[in-house]
Amino acid sequence: MKKWISVCLQHDLNSGAGICALLGDEQVAVFQCRQTQALYAVSNYDPIGKANVISRGIMGSIKEEAVVSSPLYKQHFNLSNGLCLQEPDRQLKTYPIRLHGREVQLAYG
Amino acid sequence: MNKLMNNSMSKKRILVVGNGMVGHRFIDTLIKADEKDNYSLRTFSEEPLLAYDRVQLTQYFNGKTKQDLALTDSDYYHQHGVDFILNDKVTRIEAGSKKVITASGREAYYDKLVLATGSYPFVPPIPGKDQAHCLVYRTLDDLDAIRLSAKKSKVGVVIGGGLLGLEAANALKSLGMETHVVEFAPRLMAVQLDDGGAALLRRKIEALGVGVHTEKATTEIIKGEDCRYRLNFTDDTYVETDMLVFSAGIRPQDELARQSGLDLGQRGGIVINDQCQTSDPDIYAIGECALWQQRIFGLVAPGYAMAKVAAAHILGQEAAFTGADMSTKLKLLGVDVASIGDAHGKTSGAQSYTYHDEIEQVYKRLIVSSDNKKILGAVLVGDVSAYSHLLQLMLNNMTLPENPASLILPNSGAGAATGAGLESLPDLAQICSCFDVSKACIKQAVAEGNTSLSELKSCTKASTGCGGCSALVKQLLDSELLALGHDVDNNLCEHFAYTRPELVDIVRIKKVKTFDGLLKSHGSGLGCEICKPTVGSILASFWNEYVLEEPHMGLQDTNDRYLGNMQKDGTYSVVPRIAGGEITPDKLIFIGEIAKEFDLYTKITGGQRIDLFGAQLHELPIIWRKLVDAGFETGQAYGKSVRTVKACVGETWCRFGINDSLGFAIDIEDRYKGLRAPNKLKFAVSGCTRECAEAQSKDVGMIATENGWNLYVGGNGGMRPRHGDLFATNLDDKTLIQYIDRFLMFYIRSAEKGQRTSVWLESLEGGLEYLKQVIIDDKLGLAQELETEMAYSISQYQCEWKTTLDNPEKLKRFQHFINSKQSDPHLIYEIEREQRKPSNNDQRIKILEVAD
Repeated sequence: MKKWISVCLQHDLNSGAGICALLGDEQVAVFQCRQTQALYAVSNYDPIGKANVISRGIMGSIKEEAVVSSPLYKQHFNLSNGLCLQEPDRQLKTYPIRLHGREVQLAYG
Repeated sequence: MNKLMNNSMSKKRILVVGNGMVGHRFIDTLIKADEKDNYSLRTFSEEPLLAYDRVQLTQYFNGKTKQDLALTDSDYYHQHGVDFILNDKVTRIEAGSKKVITASGREAYYDKLVLATGSYPFVPPIPGKDQAHCLVYRTLDDLDAIRLSAKKSKVGVVIGGGLLGLEAANALKSLGMETHVVEFAPRLMAVQLDDGGAALLRRKIEALGVGVHTEKATTEIIKGEDCRYRLNFTDDTYVETDMLVFSAGIRPQDELARQSGLDLGQRGGIVINDQCQTSDPDIYAIGECALWQQRIFGLVAPGYAMAKVAAAHILGQEAAFTGADMSTKLKLLGVDVASIGDAHGKTSGAQSYTYHDEIEQVYKRLIVSSDNKKILGAVLVGDVSAYSHLLQLMLNNMTLPENPASLILPNSGAGAATGAGLESLPDLAQICSCFDVSKACIKQAVAEGNTSLSELKSCTKASTGCGGCSALVKQLLDSELLALGHDVDNNLCEHFAYTRPELVDIVRIKKVKTFDGLLKSHGSGLGCEICKPTVGSILASFWNEYVLEEPHMGLQDTNDRYLGNMQKDGTYSVVPRIAGGEITPDKLIFIGEIAKEFDLYTKITGGQRIDLFGAQLHELPIIWRKLVDAGFETGQAYGKSVRTVKACVGETWCRFGINDSLGFAIDIEDRYKGLRAPNKLKFAVSGCTRECAEAQSKDVGMIATENGWNLYVGGNGGMRPRHGDLFATNLDDKTLIQYIDRFLMFYIRSAEKGQRTSVWLESLEGGLEYLKQVIIDDKLGLAQELETEMAYSISQYQCEWKTTLDNPEKLKRFQHFINSKQSDPHLIYEIEREQRKPSNNDQRIKILEVAD
């Protein structure tokens, strides 16, 4: 059974800019697309820039896939599976995410 | 682990002895071949670290850390199933039972064994060589020992004036020691340089304060009088030193092979064939330990080539090592040195051209074939810009131009230095020797859309090794882009089939106020990190709304989003506006107190203001609250926007000033602050023609004359320096501002994404003359419109920090976590020159990188 934990309100994601949530001791970058309303949750750690900054990247799409671009060195990470488009051997962990009423909830993957 | 071992039973076991640069390259080549199911990989290293960049070893003393130099990490090896054992030297091979045994008694079986044991420094048999503070220069441990010794030493000597010896000398010098180089041969870098080149190198090195002693053979190392030791030479002279570093060449590390009965060369080295196999076909040797056709290759590129061949051969592919070019280009003690091919002109019938400029201290010698048609070699000292071009001419056996001397003459118009003639390079020409990237490969990558240098580098890996080919790669990129000409896709990105200027027109004319609106009416998809900030900037240029308003916030780069400049560890820097660089002592003290309170690393910027580094997200509002309350405004150093107006002190204090440059600079900065543009904008005002404010290197520069102001535009410093063009002379204040208004808005309207004014001006059809017609003569009838747009933008100015501080909803974002007051727990700092800086310790962040 997944245990869902509320981390913020949907309202906090309205602008399309990501936020970082603490899930246990893991840092999770959370995004909601302004166009599709889809929610995404990936690890906040940028394995290339080596800093906890993914939530501060710009989200968008590359050929239909929702991505976030690292604010440090601009590599793209697929928001659905965490894979880095430029360095396919790098991958962000992904987390289950859902909207529960107005609350955004995460669970351990 | 058990699982791994069971699996590996059915796989071919590949064992690599040595995890240096070449050993790692071999492993990486197999990883990339993606044959995990058929092979298991295991490596042993006697060093405590996985592979690191030995070529950049000197950088360890210039601030790079072990982590910076690392070529790989344990995560990467784990992820690809590479088993590794550090700190354990393989001491025996039992070829019969296909087994190796390590110093600690570990045993491991192999199907294929790869020896990448490298080399060790040769220490000449001089009596006294084994004392304390007599060191070598090869591994990070050696460097730690040198650093330790340097703490107790004032004078250091390097024995050996070759390439590595000079690198070691550089290391000693950077540790603050009085440094000497002792060389047996009559000249420095005897292998790579001729007499002329070596003489100039010597002169330059001596000018740096390094003592050079050639033709000296050391007979003994005894106790010194002024220093710890004295080195006596055969000619009865001596030098005294506190410590010494032997760097008199390398010897192949072939001990393991010797004990195991593999064939060795007479003077050492593990004999290999063209497939890098030793006398036992299941044992390969690669890199500096291998002897191919009686030659040891002491550079990394040939080692990489061997790694590639051995990997291919093990995978059952055709491959052969066919020797390697030993040309090299490097910076030694700050002196550019390059050597290509037959640098000594030993080829029969070789002739040469020499260019020697004693004033500028440049030496170039070109060695050509007897028929004057082909390059055989070259020596370059002081100016190595021709290196790539000459190397390519040689490697590709290309026919020389009519007058080969033009290749080394300065500004000869033959284009040697500028890279013209790249078109004539054959497609197979190897551009990057570290990663074996050909011209064809680069062309293809550019054609596939890798149109920026960084994209090209990450796609092809070219110039990510030693970096020696980076200029050439850039030139190729440029020439390819040019060649692709009208085929170049000018669309901003995949979401907008428009150029930036076209989007500006749409935004202006249709009065589009949001990105979402523009995406809906003129775009597709969700946007990206290219179009979002670009459109965000256009909206800000024309409507100048608060950038953190909900519809705009997601468009901003992280710098704009958090109103600070993100640094490498994810913290931000704080730059208050200090218009014209003028600041009262009280305000200066105030900034100092803030820096002290928050322990911010503090530095004066090039734009005459103060940058405070290391503020965490949650600290930003607290810091800015204090700054704003004390009367400071945001300096917008984070934005692609007006930065600073640099100024000299002008007539108020200066004996030579003829106008109030400082007062005018402050007015200008006040007028244009907050203006967002395609890229940053820098201004400067000088109070007389002495030009102390360097106005000609700015986007907009003003210099006072007896009759008003001279206006310069399109200047640039930085990566691509350009002197501004004189645009108009002797202007009064009002006209000057009118022209600047029009100029800036015209630039903002028509520049492509990211273009600085310098590049924009150069690409503007009709150039400076046309610009004058538009701005001064109002040829397009736009002047009024441009001024109105500027006036509107100025009227909408707000200090973004002040607005943010007054907005609790926005402040919620200035917290590392949305759901916790904790700050980022992974930030670690160390102290350097009495201030803190981000630690590069590999422990800084330890976190799961990969999804399970």
